[in-house]
Amino acid sequence: MDYLQTKGRIFDIQRYSIHDGTGIRTICFLKGCVLRCKWCCNPESQEYGIQEMIVRGKAKVIGQDVTVAEVMETVEKDRPYYNRSGGGLTLSGGESLCQPEFARDLLHAAKAVGINTAMESMACAKWEVIEQILPYLDHYLMDIKHMNSAKHKAFTGKGNELMLGNARKIASYRGTRLSIRVPVIPTFNDSPEEIRDIAVFADKLPGVDDIYLLPYHRLGQDKYEGLGRKYELPDILPPEPEHMHMLKKVVETSSKLRCQIGG
Amino acid sequence: MEKYYTLEIPKTDRIPKLVEHLYAKMPEIESARARLITESYKETEALPIVMRRAKAFEHILDNIPIIIRENELIVGSTTIAPRGCQTYPEFSYKWLEAEFETVATRKADPFYIADQTKRELLEADAYWEGKTTSELATSLMTEATRKAIEHNIFTPGNYFYNGVGHVTVQYDKVLAVGYEGIIAQVEDELAKCDPGDQDYCTRSQFLQAVLISCRAVVRYALRYAELAEKEAAACSDGGRKQELLQIASNCRRVPAKGATSFYEACQSFWFVQQLLQIESSGHSISPGRFDQYMYPYYKKDLDSGRLTREFAQELLDCIWVKLNDLNKCRDAASAEGFAGYSLFQNLIVGGQDRDGNDVTNDLSFMCITASKHVFLPQPSLSIRVWNKTPHALMLKAADLTRTGIGLPAYYNDEVIIPSLLNMGLTMEDAREYNIIGCVEPQKAGKTEGWHDAAFYNMCRPLELVFSNGYDKGERISIETGRVEDMTTFEEFYDAYKKQMNYNISLLVNADNAIDVAHATRCPLPFLSCMVDDCIKRGKTVQEGGAVYNFTGPQGFGIANMADSLYAVKKLVFEEKKVTLAEYKRALAMNYGQGFDEITAAEIVTQIVKEMDAKGMEVGEDQIAAMIATVMSEELPAEEKKKYEALRAMIDEVPKFGNDIEEVDMFARDVAYTYTRPLLHYRNPRGGQFQAGLYPVSANVPLGAQTGATPDGRLAHTPVADGVSPSAGKDVHGPTAAANSVSKLDHGIASNGTLFNQKFHPTALSGEKGLENFVALIRSYFDQKGSHMQFNVVDRETLLDAQKHPEKYAHLVVRVAGYSALFTTLSKSLQDDIIRRTEQGF
Repeated sequence: MDYLQTKGRIFDIQRYSIHDGTGIRTICFLKGCVLRCKWCCNPESQEYGIQEMIVRGKAKVIGQDVTVAEVMETVEKDRPYYNRSGGGLTLSGGESLCQPEFARDLLHAAKAVGINTAMESMACAKWEVIEQILPYLDHYLMDIKHMNSAKHKAFTGKGNELMLGNARKIASYRGTRLSIRVPVIPTFNDSPEEIRDIAVFADKLPGVDDIYLLPYHRLGQDKYEGLGRKYELPDILPPEPEHMHMLKKVVETSSKLRCQIGG
Repeated sequence: MEKYYTLEIPKTDRIPKLVEHLYAKMPEIESARARLITESYKETEALPIVMRRAKAFEHILDNIPIIIRENELIVGSTTIAPRGCQTYPEFSYKWLEAEFETVATRKADPFYIADQTKRELLEADAYWEGKTTSELATSLMTEATRKAIEHNIFTPGNYFYNGVGHVTVQYDKVLAVGYEGIIAQVEDELAKCDPGDQDYCTRSQFLQAVLISCRAVVRYALRYAELAEKEAAACSDGGRKQELLQIASNCRRVPAKGATSFYEACQSFWFVQQLLQIESSGHSISPGRFDQYMYPYYKKDLDSGRLTREFAQELLDCIWVKLNDLNKCRDAASAEGFAGYSLFQNLIVGGQDRDGNDVTNDLSFMCITASKHVFLPQPSLSIRVWNKTPHALMLKAADLTRTGIGLPAYYNDEVIIPSLLNMGLTMEDAREYNIIGCVEPQKAGKTEGWHDAAFYNMCRPLELVFSNGYDKGERISIETGRVEDMTTFEEFYDAYKKQMNYNISLLVNADNAIDVAHATRCPLPFLSCMVDDCIKRGKTVQEGGAVYNFTGPQGFGIANMADSLYAVKKLVFEEKKVTLAEYKRALAMNYGQGFDEITAAEIVTQIVKEMDAKGMEVGEDQIAAMIATVMSEELPAEEKKKYEALRAMIDEVPKFGNDIEEVDMFARDVAYTYTRPLLHYRNPRGGQFQAGLYPVSANVPLGAQTGATPDGRLAHTPVADGVSPSAGKDVHGPTAAANSVSKLDHGIASNGTLFNQKFHPTALSGEKGLENFVALIRSYFDQKGSHMQFNVVDRETLLDAQKHPEKYAHLVVRVAGYSALFTTLSKSLQDDIIRRTEQGF
């Protein structure tokens, strides 16, 4: 039971999450990310270091070092809801893979007591890291943001080769279900061609049968100010519902995937 | 094949027309009933009261103007004006006379009243001086009780001013045998009476009163038959003519005889529902398990091909509209407590039979559809949930919830049945429970539950602890010692319990006084013939004729008291950051937030009293100036800062509603300070007191009579709603709040508990949203929660929150896994969310 003592750094635990994975879930947000997406709605997740953020005029410490056991104490509280809804624990970030031992042990702890597990991740890590997590993971919610590596790099800070390669490997792993999620960001990837390319790629992944288009929202915008940072996409607006429906049609005509708008 | 038909049946064009007609004008007060009852009472002064009641009921039904509204299929209206109301001077009338000039313009539930009506009411009311239930009740209360009411420790206003209502009668019996059947039963009983019997006088008078009442009801229906025939004869529209003739034929048969068709059963049901409310002015006269007692008639007609599902649905929809035609004018203060013209006619679907089998049927689904079609507040639709409730019914109910109508309310059989067993019901009766009014469980046709006997403000006794029994300069309660001298939390908590116990005993005195007043002055023979065992026992429900008798006053403010007592325990006695003396002063100074008009007026009243005592005269102008001075009084900056620091400290103390074991278990104990002592008391009908924990909407007006509390709540702001956490204090989402609330002992609050949750529509959108929503209810119920209801926030609410952020400090919106307090977001982000709300489905 040593895995219960593994330490990690988180910045939030959010209960009653119903848009990330199946059922009613508890999301544990791990701190630190490899990417720097310009639209990121959780900018406080990006740095691994503990930070101060101004929230409603008050300074708030972002980041807390906890053990797996401590996180599990909160996760356990909603077990009745998981049982009724098919929910469980979801890791999010940041990029959970930045803290591979903690992520693995947390998922292990949940599985050991019969709680379903999911992870939101870009799969931006060495395969060896992902490989040791998969045995404890029921559902991989993988972001694919763009098929063009150069544009990917311009908006997130990194090319996409490693992630796409990992996507193929995860898809081939039998014990974990893989779903693809696409944040739809105006000026970045919201054209029919760009979405179609992602859908075509995802469709070829063995075992993948659904894709989620997540419309850009600005709800994280205030946090940039709270962190003393500048929000780089102040002028873009959330995509219109009609546009989202059009993109959904594009996915459905260019692939066999089930497509859903929103998580 | 499926056991029941779950598909949605379409709405007919008739329904929107009925609704439009009903809501075309402001509701109006009429005088017919007041005039007729007064005429009758003047003629019957020599008779026993139960006979006077029956004769008055008869006189009203024989003479009150009747009307068939355009397009109606189910007839029977208490007033000529749609949604109008009659008055009930035998219970109280002075408040209405005092409010004649304001009743049409008040904010909560205004009613139009014509000058002619005012004159007629004044003339009728003149007879009632000294003859009302409220006057008798007042004379039966102790001085201390009257004082406690005057100082707003509790308010028994509902039954003090009105009839009791709060009952579900044997609709099934009337549907089956009609009033002629009941008349035959009563005649049998009369025949058994021997003039030499000990109780002959009262028994025979009661039984004869029942006969008069039932025969009057049969004649009332015949008046409708005649009116329908007359209108049919004059009707040039062939379709409507046929409808009117069918109405006439229905009214000739029911409720005199047993119903032979589903349509007749619907009409028969309606007369019972309507006429109970003409006999007395009570609200929460609840149809109960409508899907059960109507089903045999539906099934028989459907199977024989006489009825289509579409027509059955249309009839249900018509009844749903009619339930909104009944109305009631309350005094201005009560109107705020029961805002929304609500009559709380609770109608419940699903659940189990006396043997423990699930009894969901087609009508269970169609009742939910009717609420969606009609989209009006009545009936208060409820659903019974237990382990064998079909998932399809849960989804159907959730689909109604997400329209934002606030219906249905969900009830947990797994908690309510054992709690009723604990109160002495048989297993068979407990399994057949329905809900009265807001959340009160009982067994239909056997219970006089007095379910809404009072609101008891749990915050006020804590104020009395700090003041050592004084309020507004007057001693109104026991002395429990100076808080400055208290050295342990136990001592402080014990003082609270003593203040609670003392005031609970006064509450009981108030309720029992009113109870006796109703039995003495307003027994109800018509209602009583549909509640067992009145006919056998030969007395009305008011005199103890029912099998089960309870009195259920509601406590509210649990969350505030849990948070307050916990804050005192932590800050004063454990961390020693503040003394009780400092706390006391901070509360008196409203945490340095200045005095509002209410406090200022209280302070000035006291000064004026003292000046008066010294023989000094004070004019109106001077008083106004003094109030203005008090209100503009600024505290020294340093002192203000100190209070703000205290409030910040209080803010940091953990609060109920966040799934923190220690705090939640503490709240459980605090709730016992109300629920346990009450169980020791008995009422004049031979029954027991039982606690409820819910305030309807009284947490707002009664909060306005409550000073600052140690949980940081400012003076005269609302107290917490039901058993829900204090607004804005639950910050870990719906599962955490539900877990906290489920840690209270819902079983002991057998008069019901009320848990409200607010949701953003995206939480319920799509199939997955519905499934997760149902799972949330199921999980709360797995943990022994008793009741749950939901507000789904709509676009209008969000727009209003933009305009009035102060009213919505607690409004959490969750969009795509991100949650935020709505009012703290910038305008443009709020606009985003409003857009998303519209896309919710």
